[in-house]
Amino acid sequence: MKILVAIKRVIDANVRVRVRSDGAGVEMANVKMAMNPFCEIAVEEAVRLQEAGKAREIVAVSVGAGNCQDILRTALAIGADRAILVETDLETQPLGVAKTLRALAEREKPDLFMLGKQAVDDDNNQTGQMLAALLGWPQGTFASKVEPVDGRVNVMREIDGGLETVSLKLPAVITTDLRLNEPRYVKLPNIMKAKKKRLDIVKPVDLGVDLAPRLKIVKVAEPSKRKAGIKVESAQALVDKLRNEAKVI
Amino acid sequence: MTATFNRRDLDFLLYEFLDLEGLLAQPRYAKHDRAVVDAVLDTAEKIAVEQFQACAAELDANEPVFDGRGVSIIPQVKTALDAYSQAGFPAASFDYEAGGLQLPCVVAQAAGAMFYGANISIAAYPLLTTGVANLLCAYGSPEQKALFLPPLLDGRFFGTMCLSEPQAGSSLADIRTKATPAGAGHYLISGTKMWISGGEHELCENIVHMVLAKIPGGPAGVKGISLFIVPKLRVGPDGAIGGPNNIALAGLNHKMGYRGTVNTLLNFGESGECHGTLVGERHKGLQTMFHMMNEARIAVGMGAASAGCAGYLYALEYAKGRPQGRRMRDKDPASPPVPIIEHADIKRLLLTQKSYVEGALALLLYCARLVDEQKTAGDPARRREIALLLDILTPIAKSWPSEFCLEANKHAIQVLGGYGYARDYPVERLYRDNRLNPIHEGTHGIHGLDLLGRKVRIAEGACFTALCRLIRADIDAAASIESLHEYASDLAAAVGELEVTTRVLIGCGDLERSLANATIYLDMVGHIVIAWMWLKQAHCASRHLASSPDQEPEFYRGKLKACRYFFVYELPRARAQMSLLQKLDDTCLTMAAGQF
Repeated sequence: MKILVAIKRVIDANVRVRVRSDGAGVEMANVKMAMNPFCEIAVEEAVRLQEAGKAREIVAVSVGAGNCQDILRTALAIGADRAILVETDLETQPLGVAKTLRALAEREKPDLFMLGKQAVDDDNNQTGQMLAALLGWPQGTFASKVEPVDGRVNVMREIDGGLETVSLKLPAVITTDLRLNEPRYVKLPNIMKAKKKRLDIVKPVDLGVDLAPRLKIVKVAEPSKRKAGIKVESAQALVDKLRNEAKVI
Repeated sequence: MTATFNRRDLDFLLYEFLDLEGLLAQPRYAKHDRAVVDAVLDTAEKIAVEQFQACAAELDANEPVFDGRGVSIIPQVKTALDAYSQAGFPAASFDYEAGGLQLPCVVAQAAGAMFYGANISIAAYPLLTTGVANLLCAYGSPEQKALFLPPLLDGRFFGTMCLSEPQAGSSLADIRTKATPAGAGHYLISGTKMWISGGEHELCENIVHMVLAKIPGGPAGVKGISLFIVPKLRVGPDGAIGGPNNIALAGLNHKMGYRGTVNTLLNFGESGECHGTLVGERHKGLQTMFHMMNEARIAVGMGAASAGCAGYLYALEYAKGRPQGRRMRDKDPASPPVPIIEHADIKRLLLTQKSYVEGALALLLYCARLVDEQKTAGDPARRREIALLLDILTPIAKSWPSEFCLEANKHAIQVLGGYGYARDYPVERLYRDNRLNPIHEGTHGIHGLDLLGRKVRIAEGACFTALCRLIRADIDAAASIESLHEYASDLAAAVGELEVTTRVLIGCGDLERSLANATIYLDMVGHIVIAWMWLKQAHCASRHLASSPDQEPEFYRGKLKACRYFFVYELPRARAQMSLLQKLDDTCLTMAAGQF
């Protein structure tokens, strides 16, 4: 089985993100960047499948600026076999990325496309679904367990009511949720080995895709501050407030 | 969690200030490049934040406990150390042939800074282990290396340094631990060792103690001390771990800070034979131990600077977000309060911290790079010069950060006020952790004696001369930039005065009087050396601002401001100390015990 894993470079999850004073976005100057944590889970899962003898080759792919090479190198150090960067200085948006990944899928012919369920920068949660639709492949989103069996893959999904298992015919798209695995730390000797692995850089035009943004960010603002709570006199008062003020029951 | 280190500053120091890429171009480091170094530091940062920092407060509140049978430590410590070992950090800076990755010392120290700042009391275990492995690499017999190096480098064994005894701390001449020859290269070790960090725990498979002891019949004093490798559990010739080697835990010490590092009193050979083997030559144990201390001392200084840095960054973030009070000229009580970073005195507290911490980090990484250059320089004369420089800079690199980055932690607490004094905030813990650094690895006073009593005198003052020559060369280089003229001439004057002061002190025929104020001499030289580090950083920053004025100008202007602060507020202290020292004042020396 050949797996393509798509990864995104985002602000490090440990960094406290600040909204820019002009409201046009968040502070990016001097901010530490890293692989999106959900993407890291996708890479880890692919590597575990390979270690279990269920995957033959893992190709890590990313769409973004030249500095995305660093997260691709991280993916190679975790265990991916080679990497492809689709290099663009344009802002990446879900549809453009999904189209790019479709073009890569047509070129690379993977059996499985794995992505993080969403990136922690914009929290869109769209790329995997769009990719599956564009390719016409089955999709298993929010995966918390992945089991390939005889040309199919069983994906346990986290849904509102609990867990649901779907059986997908390959080729398929899987997006990974938090509880799928706990990614390993990169081992220093593997950082050295990753240096020798292949990393190809292609341009969107080589793939015949147009990454021009179609969405415009109108304004970015801090969420409004939580108001102080109150103490209610009785359970009845609480039920009353939940029913009539909050209207949640 | 607030970051405990400043990656931007680290990058500045590594790539701009120290030209790490120039070092990586050397054949010894040919397999590494900037991308590799960045990935190594990324991994260090991730493990430091997620595993070390995450349990720092909990570990501080729950120190290791001895129930009479064994030591228990909260489980996060083992998890963190396993992550550290499995990622390959213990072997990072060791040579390929020893099973390491041959990363430069400067990179290992930069990674170390992240672990120390995140949680020094976990990081101390591998810090000690690296010291033991370094000793073995340099002085171990082939058998000792084969037996102990691989498990030390993959994290299965940890190491300790056993020097002090209850009656002999700084005065190692008075140690009593005995090593009696037992044939076949074995010695039976008996005696008591005090303040042994990492002396007993279940964090790994075995503990390797490096023990100073005296072979009966040898010379008296420090000339009769030998060094032995003594494992907690015996190790067979095939590397298999055997039974206990009769090292008994007599008790734990309960410390002010550094509380996660179990600190022990150990009895060797009390209840049966305790076997050890000699490392290096008989009676040369002290030289052997100290010869390899350069990197360990840099690491201690780095621990101090990292704690200082963690406190500074916390205080900085707090000061930006804490509204309190109004500008002096604002008399309207209804106007909103300003963040405290707008008050001049808070800026002073923060600038002091910045100048101490970033100055110390610069010196420590500079020394680490000298260690690397010593390994790569082709010219024997250059290697000799580096050895001289490291001899004189190492006591300063250990001591100055220990003293002044502790002071930085004091200021961090001050910025937070009452909150800083409360255990809900990390700055008081950092202060308590850092308070150890002027005490261990040679007390502050001992390093003063080492600097003035030995280092500036040995080889007819060659170390001292080499240092002054180097500082002058950097002064000349910086003087080519007009805005740095004033600092360059201030530092040149200070170095001239330092030479006069040193001549006066060495020239004093009365050795006791000459050394009476050695600690002040140590602090003073440290201030001049840190001023030198600031001039060099300012030089880098000025060049950047001239060539790329639009790229992060505030970061570089901040460097220039910190340099100015150090020259205007701090360097004059060295002047005052030199004037005191030149008088050979004997007030302290002649004060009789009964006069107190």
